[in-house]
Amino acid sequence: MSTWLVIRSAQVPVSFRLNRRVPSLLMILGILILAMMIASIGYGEYPIPPLDVVKTLLGLETSNADYAFIVNTLRFPRVLVALLVGMALAIAGTITQGILRNPLAAPGIIGINAGAALAAVTLIIVFPNVPISLLPLAAFAGGFTIFTLIYLSAWNGGSSPIRLVLIGIGFSLMTAAITNILTTFGNINSVSQALVWLAGSVYGRSWDEVNALLPWLFVFVPIVLIMARDLNVLNLGDEIARGVGTALEWRRGILLVSSVALAGASVATAGTIGFVGFIAPHIARRLVGPSHEGLLLTSALTGGLLVITADLIGRSLFAPIELPCGLITSAIGAPYFLYLMIQQRKY
Amino acid sequence: MVSSASQRNFRFGRSPSILFAGLGIGAGILVLCLFASIGLGAADITPREVWDALFAFDESSTNHLIIRTVRLPRSIIALLVGAAMAIAGAIMQGLTSNPLASPGILGVSTGAAFAVVLSTFIFGVSSLSVYAWFALAGGAITAGLVYLFASLGPGGVTPLNLTLAGTVFSTLIGTLTSGILILNQQTLEQVRFWLAGSLAGGDIDLVRQVIPYLIVGFFLALALGRHVTTLSLGETVAKGLGQNTAWIKVLGAMSVVLLVGGSVSIAGPIGFVGLIVPHFVRFLVGVDYRWILPYAAILGAVILLIADIGARLILRPIELPVGLVMPLLGAPFFIYLIRTRIRR
Repeated sequence: MSTWLVIRSAQVPVSFRLNRRVPSLLMILGILILAMMIASIGYGEYPIPPLDVVKTLLGLETSNADYAFIVNTLRFPRVLVALLVGMALAIAGTITQGILRNPLAAPGIIGINAGAALAAVTLIIVFPNVPISLLPLAAFAGGFTIFTLIYLSAWNGGSSPIRLVLIGIGFSLMTAAITNILTTFGNINSVSQALVWLAGSVYGRSWDEVNALLPWLFVFVPIVLIMARDLNVLNLGDEIARGVGTALEWRRGILLVSSVALAGASVATAGTIGFVGFIAPHIARRLVGPSHEGLLLTSALTGGLLVITADLIGRSLFAPIELPCGLITSAIGAPYFLYLMIQQRKY
Repeated sequence: MVSSASQRNFRFGRSPSILFAGLGIGAGILVLCLFASIGLGAADITPREVWDALFAFDESSTNHLIIRTVRLPRSIIALLVGAAMAIAGAIMQGLTSNPLASPGILGVSTGAAFAVVLSTFIFGVSSLSVYAWFALAGGAITAGLVYLFASLGPGGVTPLNLTLAGTVFSTLIGTLTSGILILNQQTLEQVRFWLAGSLAGGDIDLVRQVIPYLIVGFFLALALGRHVTTLSLGETVAKGLGQNTAWIKVLGAMSVVLLVGGSVSIAGPIGFVGLIVPHFVRFLVGVDYRWILPYAAILGAVILLIADIGARLILRPIELPVGLVMPLLGAPFFIYLIRTRIRR
C-alpha cells in the first residue's frame, strides 16, 4: 500500500496528495479538541457536568436553566476564540517557516505579531470608540507594514533567513517600545483594556470576537490550502522552485500576505499568544512529515488544541486567579525553542 | 560573519596625542551634557540658579532643592549607568568577537528584573539595597545561561544564536515575571516603579552603596584593556601569543557582572547603550581596547544623558522613562548592524 493518498477532481484544477496517516490523525486531533472544549466549557467557578455541556450546546433541555446562559453566552465563545486563534496562528507559522525555509521563523519571532499588536493598541488607545470589527483590519495593516519593512531591511543583495530573523527581532524591540510608551501615557481606561488584551488572553471574549475573526479564516484558510503544493515547492529553495515552473514571487507574495492576515486577525482578537505559530508546526511535522497539504491541517488543529489547553491550564492552575493563556504557551514554547536550537547542531 | 575587530585594522595606528586630545574633548562634552541634564526639565531653572544650587546651596529655595534632590541624583545615575553599560558592552564584544554581544541581548536586564520580582514575592524584600544584590545575581546567572545556550546551538556562539537564545530566554523569564506579578498584586505594587527602567527618583544612598562595585568593575576593565585587544584578534591568535585566555575571560566576566549588575540595580533595565556605544567608539578610535574602554565610558555617559534629557523634554511636562526611549534609538542601529555585518 502506498503511503500517499491522492484526492483529485476532474472538474476543479486542484489536487491533494496526503500522507495516509493524515486523515486518522486529523480525526484523533478533532476528538481531542472536542473533549478539551467540553472540559473547558464545563470547568469554572460554576462547574457543569460534561453531559449537560453537550446537551446545552446541541440546544437540548437540561436540568438547570442557567446552563444555557453560562455555556452559550460566557464560555462557548471563549473556547471557540481559543480554537480559531490557535488555528490561525499555527497556519501562519507553518507558512512562514515553509517559505523562509527556517524552522525558527514564526510570526511571533520575526516581528509580525509585534507590528499587529502595535497597530491594535494604537487603535484602542488613540481611537477608543472604533468598533471591534476594525481591530483585525488594523492589526493586519500593522503586521503587514512591519513585515514589509523587515523584508526590505533584510534585503541586502538577496534575502537571507538569518538576517530576516535578526532584523525581525530588532523591529519587535522597537515596536514593543512604542507600545510601552503608549500604554504608559494613554488614558487609563483604554490602557487597562489594552493591557488585558496585550497579555495574550481569551478572557471575556464574546460572539463579537468570534464573528470578527471568522471571515478572515474563511477567506484565507482555503487560499492557503489550495496553495499548499506551492508551499512544498517553495520550501525546496528559490532555484528549484523556478526550475519546476512556479511563478515564484507571486505565489510567495500571496502566501506571505495570507500568513500576515491570519496572524494579524488572531493577534487582533486575542493579543499576542506567544510561540503557538512556532511550536504547532513543529509538532505537526513530527506527526505527518514535511509535505504541506497534510501539514497545514494537522498544524492548524494542533494549534487550536494547544491554545484551548493552555487556556484551561491558565484558568485552573491558580484558580480563582487567572493566568493569560499567552503566558502558558510562552512557558512551554520558549524552552522548546531553546531545545530545538540545540538539536539543530546535529545537522 | 566578519569579526568586528579585524575589519578595521587599518585604523590601528591613530597617534596617541590625537587620542588623548579626543578624550579631553569627550570629557568636556560630558561636563556640558551633565550641566544641561541638571538645568533642563519640567521646572524652568536658570543656569545661574543651577550654579548656585551646586556650589552655594540655599535650603530655603525650592529650585535649589529640586536641583539637589531630583536632578543631580538623576544626572549622576545617568552618567554612571551609561558609562558602566558601555564598558560592559565593549568588554563583552571584545571577549566574544561577537558584534551583537551586549548586556541587553544577553538578557541581563530581564534576568535582574526577574530576580528582583522573585525576591519580593518569596522573601517579601522591599528595600532597594537588597534589590541590588538580587539584580546582580539574576543578571549574571541569566547572561551565563544565555551564553551557554547560544554556545550549544549550531555553529557555536554566532550572532544569530546569541540573539535568538537571548530573545527567547528573555521571553521565558519575562513570562515568569508577569506570571508572578499577576498572581501577586502586592509584589506588583512594590516593584512596578523599578521595572519601568527609569532614572527618575533614583536614591542617592543606593548610588553610594553601588559605586564601589562600579569602580572596581571599571578599573578591572581598564586593566584588562590590552589583553582584550589581543583576545579580540581571536582565541587562537591570543593563545599563540602566550595569553592565558581562560583567565582573561573570567576576569572580564567579573568586571561585566559588577558593572551591569550595579547599574541595573540603580536604574532598572535600560537597554542598547552597551550594544551601540562600542561600535561608535571602534569607528572613532580603532581596535585598541586600551583606548576603546575610556572612550566608551565617556560616550556611553553622554548618550544616556542626552537620551534622558530627550525623554524629559519630548512630551513635556510628561517625563518618559529613559528605558522606554532607548529602544527607539537603539533598535534602528541594531538593524543597521545586522544589515551590514551579517553576510550569510
